[in-house]
Amino acid sequence: MSGSRPIDAHRGLRQWNRRELSLALVSSALGLAGLALPAALAGRALAQTPDRIVVAGGVITEVIYALGLQDRIVGIDSTSQFPPEALKDKANIGYVRALSAEGVLSLKPSLVMLIDGAGPPDAVSLLSESGAKITRIPDGLTPDGVVAKIAAIGAAIGATAPAERLAAQTRARFDELATLRAGIARKKRVLFLLSLQNGRALVGGRNSSADGIIALAGGINVADAIEGYKPMTDEAIAAAAPEMVLMMRNSSAHNITPEELFAMPAFARIPAAGEKRLVHMDGLYLLGFGPRTPMAARDLMAAIYPEAAIPPLKTAAAP
Amino acid sequence: MTLAAPSPTMATTTLTTLIAGRRRTGLLAVVGLTLACLLLTIVAVGQGAISIAPGRVAEILMARLSGDTNLLEGRDVLVVLNIRLPRVLLGLLVGAGLAVSGALMQGLFRNPLADPGLVGVSSGAGLAAAATIVLGDRFLAGTMMKLPFAALPVGAFCGGLITTLALYLIATRGGRTSVATMLLAGVALGAMAGALTGLLSFISDDRQLRDLTFWSLGSLGGASWTKLSVVAPIILPLLLLMPLLARGLNGLMLGEAEAYHLGIPVQRIKALAILLVALAVGASVAAAGMVGFVGIVVPHLIRLSVGPDHRLLLPLSALGGAMLLVGADIVARLIVVPAELPIGIVTATIGAPFFLWLLLRRTSLIDA
Repeated sequence: MSGSRPIDAHRGLRQWNRRELSLALVSSALGLAGLALPAALAGRALAQTPDRIVVAGGVITEVIYALGLQDRIVGIDSTSQFPPEALKDKANIGYVRALSAEGVLSLKPSLVMLIDGAGPPDAVSLLSESGAKITRIPDGLTPDGVVAKIAAIGAAIGATAPAERLAAQTRARFDELATLRAGIARKKRVLFLLSLQNGRALVGGRNSSADGIIALAGGINVADAIEGYKPMTDEAIAAAAPEMVLMMRNSSAHNITPEELFAMPAFARIPAAGEKRLVHMDGLYLLGFGPRTPMAARDLMAAIYPEAAIPPLKTAAAP
Repeated sequence: MTLAAPSPTMATTTLTTLIAGRRRTGLLAVVGLTLACLLLTIVAVGQGAISIAPGRVAEILMARLSGDTNLLEGRDVLVVLNIRLPRVLLGLLVGAGLAVSGALMQGLFRNPLADPGLVGVSSGAGLAAAATIVLGDRFLAGTMMKLPFAALPVGAFCGGLITTLALYLIATRGGRTSVATMLLAGVALGAMAGALTGLLSFISDDRQLRDLTFWSLGSLGGASWTKLSVVAPIILPLLLLMPLLARGLNGLMLGEAEAYHLGIPVQRIKALAILLVALAVGASVAAAGMVGFVGIVVPHLIRLSVGPDHRLLLPLSALGGAMLLVGADIVARLIVVPAELPIGIVTATIGAPFFLWLLLRRTSLIDA
């Protein structure tokens, strides 16, 4: 049986070569592949097992870990940075918007979970053609969005009840946060500084995740005239008069000190310079918009209003 | 035929022997590269993130060819037929198209630095793609997004063609196209497109910026039969018609006026070459993003090996380009499994050291 195939293929090659290159390539490919290449693994159809989830979207990974169901995950994308062990334990399928269809399929997923904007669309359509079950999760940057996200993830992996519990808990934390926020007498002005390469400030403007968390923490984003993460000129920073500068903590590189920051001309005269109000927070905690977000917003609130002695969320202690 | 014999005969004999030798080397190279290309194709179809036994791959392909649908069950069938095969064929086509385009441009502009980008296709396509990525969500929402073909490749293709047309019109006066003007105007248009692309990346959000970056590095990911069926008819004319251009380009090596006096239809050669290149490169960029390096380096590699005769250079460039791209794609797919690397990174990483090595070995031939 297998002996006759290569011969057929070579006979075919001669005929097709004149007409169509592609057919010739195909036929000779199969002929020579049968002959020359060593038999490696048995090419069985991929087995369908219920517990092989591939995740594209850091917040989905975070929620599944929070539900304690991480054993079901076989692959995650490179934005799944929390919890840190995730990328150590699971196969990395690359950046969320540059997925490889065959790469994902090689993990034999029984479920592929995609956050809004995961792609590219070509890869996703190949995945759905392959019969892999695909669930899309909306990525909201509001309390309602976070709660809906958690519920949707739970429903997709057949863990509706625990996910509803986590969602309700998160909702309660957001509610408590709202009460704390209502107690703020005068809102303070905050500047989120994404980076400061070469002294050029890249800030978080309107509709950025930084804007969302500052609002939740009861602050005013002074860069809201800018859309997204953009460079801001020194003069505009001085004019915006932030009372606090917020940055992400970088574990591997040097974090700029308050002395260094407020020695720079753009930052020297702003209100924040007086008491050297520069706060570093973990970027994933701060901007993840997952179940930890109410606590992150609380911590940010405590950092913005140190004099108000913001209490920890009572609901945060619950398991 | 001793020392007393007239030397012209000797010279002719030597020249004939030399040409015959070149031709033999060339023929050998064609056969060798064709075989190597076939072998690489086989490896490319056989390898991927999912391990499928070579026997099974052969079985799937055979079943597909003979129409035996019973054997066409399971996910591995889809992987071989709908993911790998179109991807490898697209790689062959795009690689061949880019390399031949590069060879044509170097011949036409008589400039070793010429690459397909010179006729403005790349910069125009790049600008159009950036515009689609950044502004597409705002202006093309709804119906446009539901078209069978994504807006990005169509936009990139049209952008490339429009830019080339503009460049051609700028450089053509009284039925004669000045390659020097085209070269310089191409630099100007390229700078303009670069500035506009920069502006677009400034107003883009983080996601769009990531998309732009990945797009500019190129990828054969997302290849499908639909994509292939659209791209192939646009690139194939270049590959099929290149023999028509070979003699003319050989003549052009002597200079434009000399070629004209040799009876070569210089203007027609120019127009045809530019048109074919614009189509092929536009389609390549649309299908695979910006895959640099193939167009400029493959023709040089071939020229260094078999000499500048376009009758050999063009088909060998096609084979070489196809091999470089498909080979690079194997690496791109396998090196960070289950993720994949943008192919532009791999083509340059594989090709550049090899090219340098060849340059160092054979410097004396460059100026010859």
